[in-house]
Amino acid sequence: MSRYGLRVVALGYLAALLLVPVAMVFRRAFGDGVGAFWEAISRPEAVSAFWVTLTVALIAVPANTVFGVLCSLAIVRRRFRGHGIVNSAVDLPLALSPVVVGLSLVLVYGRGGWLGDWLAEHGIRVVFSLPGMVLATMFVSLPFVVREVVPVLREIGDEQEQAASTLGASPWQTFWRVTLPAIRWGVAYGVVLTTARALGEFGAVAVVSGRIIGRTETLTLHVEDRFQSFDLVGAYAASVVLALLALLTLFAMNLFKPKEDAR
Amino acid sequence: MTRVALLLSVLLVAALAAAGRAALHAADEELTLVAYSTPRETYGELVRLFAGTPAGRDVAFGESYGSSGEQSRAVVGGLPADVVAFSLAPDMTRLVDAGLVAEDWADGRHAGMVTHSVVVLVVRAGNPKRIRGWDDLVRPDVEVLTPNPFSSGGARWNVMAAYGAKREEGASHEEAVAFLEALFRNVSVQDKSARESLQTFAGGKGDVLIAYENEAILARDKGEPLEYVLPERTILIENPVAVTAESEHRAKAEAFVRFLRSAPAQRVFADAGYRPVLRSVAREAAFETPAGLFTIEDVGGWDEVQERFFDRETGIMADVQRRIGESR
Amino acid sequence: MSSVAAEARRPVAVRRRGGSLSLGISMGYLSLIVLLPLAAVVWRSTEAGAAGFWAAVSAPQAVAALQLTVAVAFGVVAVNAVMGTAIAWVLVRDSFRGKSLVNAVIDLPFALPTIVAGLTLLALYGPRSPVGIDLAYTKLAVLLALLFVTLPFVVRTVQPVLLELDRDMEEAAASLGAGRAEVFRRIVFPNLLPAILSGSALAFARAIGEFGAVVLISGNVPFDTEVASVYIFGLIESDDLTGAAAVSVLLLAVSFAVLILIGALRRWATRHDS
Repeated sequence: MSRYGLRVVALGYLAALLLVPVAMVFRRAFGDGVGAFWEAISRPEAVSAFWVTLTVALIAVPANTVFGVLCSLAIVRRRFRGHGIVNSAVDLPLALSPVVVGLSLVLVYGRGGWLGDWLAEHGIRVVFSLPGMVLATMFVSLPFVVREVVPVLREIGDEQEQAASTLGASPWQTFWRVTLPAIRWGVAYGVVLTTARALGEFGAVAVVSGRIIGRTETLTLHVEDRFQSFDLVGAYAASVVLALLALLTLFAMNLFKPKEDAR
Repeated sequence: MTRVALLLSVLLVAALAAAGRAALHAADEELTLVAYSTPRETYGELVRLFAGTPAGRDVAFGESYGSSGEQSRAVVGGLPADVVAFSLAPDMTRLVDAGLVAEDWADGRHAGMVTHSVVVLVVRAGNPKRIRGWDDLVRPDVEVLTPNPFSSGGARWNVMAAYGAKREEGASHEEAVAFLEALFRNVSVQDKSARESLQTFAGGKGDVLIAYENEAILARDKGEPLEYVLPERTILIENPVAVTAESEHRAKAEAFVRFLRSAPAQRVFADAGYRPVLRSVAREAAFETPAGLFTIEDVGGWDEVQERFFDRETGIMADVQRRIGESR
Repeated sequence: MSSVAAEARRPVAVRRRGGSLSLGISMGYLSLIVLLPLAAVVWRSTEAGAAGFWAAVSAPQAVAALQLTVAVAFGVVAVNAVMGTAIAWVLVRDSFRGKSLVNAVIDLPFALPTIVAGLTLLALYGPRSPVGIDLAYTKLAVLLALLFVTLPFVVRTVQPVLLELDRDMEEAAASLGAGRAEVFRRIVFPNLLPAILSGSALAFARAIGEFGAVVLISGNVPFDTEVASVYIFGLIESDDLTGAAAVSVLLLAVSFAVLILIGALRRWATRHDS
């Protein structure tokens, strides 16, 4: 296959599968004019959905970042027995269907679940409420920081850290001044991936959410909700907001991407 | 250090904004309405209207819509609710059995109901397959859509409408069940809820959709190219509403339910294609009454029908589905 | 002297304690967030005994859903193996205006929410398609949705390998008279195979569990276009949590089995290439 031919096939595939459909969403969202678009996304349910999505992400992403760094340090620097299993366990969320993730949370925190009744007695509702959605999002976006930081930690080795501690630095100082700056691009890239996953989660929150419009509906659930109500402009408008967030994430991804596969 | 400071200040601003938004709503009493899928637009409008009345001032509603059976199960499973509105009484009975709704919910002038409707046959604009009544649905060239009777309240109304129509004609119980089986053999898709069924039909699948009259009216008003046929014999759909026993806002919730049965709200229902329970508004709205209109009581009442037809293991519909699945 | 030695000892001892803390916290977090819920699924799947588990996974609708899911996932892997490699090739070996933009766009399916992906495909290839292609409610729609979400996997695993590939051997072979196809088949491809297999494994795992992208465009017709995740969702909503857990466990088992298989293939391919 000639060079030109291959290029056409590859780019054509990308266009048909990726670029044109995404462009269509923008076109459909503004199909009835900018006024209709604005009306759709400034509707209270849409605005609430946006805030719910943001709130969930603002909790899940920092939690997974802290976990990600700690876990990477433990896996690479600690060399404990079973660290290979832990490494695989961290990757589990990538192999799981989001619906199964939602089911697992219902089985633990729902009525009749392992912890659900005990929590309900103490007035804590997890499923059908914000905490459930946060847990679901934390679950699905867990692996990314670890996966990005572990290779970096492995690559840089621990000589600098050893040197720092022999010079008298406390563990915290070593971490803050030596380790963290060395891994910061890995962390940044991992955070971007985690955020993208958190903002875009649908399946798991669909199971645990209860879909209370204005309260436990994320922007992704709102898209489906509008679609079900024959409000296509509303669905496309919310999709545009999500697509713009995605493009922003894409931009950040390319900024922080580990340099070897950037070109 | 400055990067960290910048990040922290962004987070702080976001947190403040969220807190501020929460504070804005703190003045309102927050009630939750859990309802079935078809009246979502109507209840959305009614909630807004209610907020304009003296009784509804300072009341904010969270609304959740889904298939009647799933919503009922969700409330039993812990979904918070102050007002529940379902497609049919058995979904309310499930809550009574779980102690979430008082046993006397159906006492009162309207027997606990807030709207009526009828089962109709929705077809493509122009009725290309010439569907006139139930018998056309078992023709070999007709593809039928209806939701799944085990998750959707609407589907159960559909089944009892078909069964009851045959019985009203004079068929025996066995003949009517045989008709149900022939009908379901023509069903190509069984969505989870009535609304999803309508979506599938509007998306181009199937020749006829068995649905609530008000769903057909809604879709038609939204510009979908379809129309509906009112069969000569069909069932009167009665939709219950109640305040939950666990509600922390009983007074406001009861005020809302009273509002739903008031003339202004009943007119909103009527405009959306529901048959009002308030006789004065029903007279105004002038819906066509089919000659052979019957109720669920005429085919045995929900308590008997639920168990006889819709028990997951031993119900007549379970048998029908099994027989069809095995023969495929 | 001894105080210096003591000082040198102290940081090491402190670091190990600190290391235990980070290990403890991260293990606790991992257990609470991931392992505990997953254990609940496995546990619940056995609640009705072996008979109940078998009944749930052998239900005709379940079997149909699983068959469709696995079949389409393999189909997706096959297409991605070819197109992903082709795209990686074009991005590495070719040059044209806008190439870096195209390179960036490859990651879009990672960033875009799955429900939006489904909606975008519906916009172009559904009932109101401007190009007249209506795939909604067909098995092709499922394939299309899964191709969308798995696009980056093979591309991103093959790209770095292609970048590092030493071109001397290819040039030597070419100068000895081998055609381009033969050069590819005998020299380039064996080097790419492990990466293609890695990417395929990731694509398979993703495709088998996908929900959001499929749910709008496929119509979720039982026995026809209903995939496993949608079927499980239906079971959850019908309150059959035991059945849902059983089918989930089976889905996981299938996923792991295929991943192990692909892993083994990959090791074979790497060993073969020396």
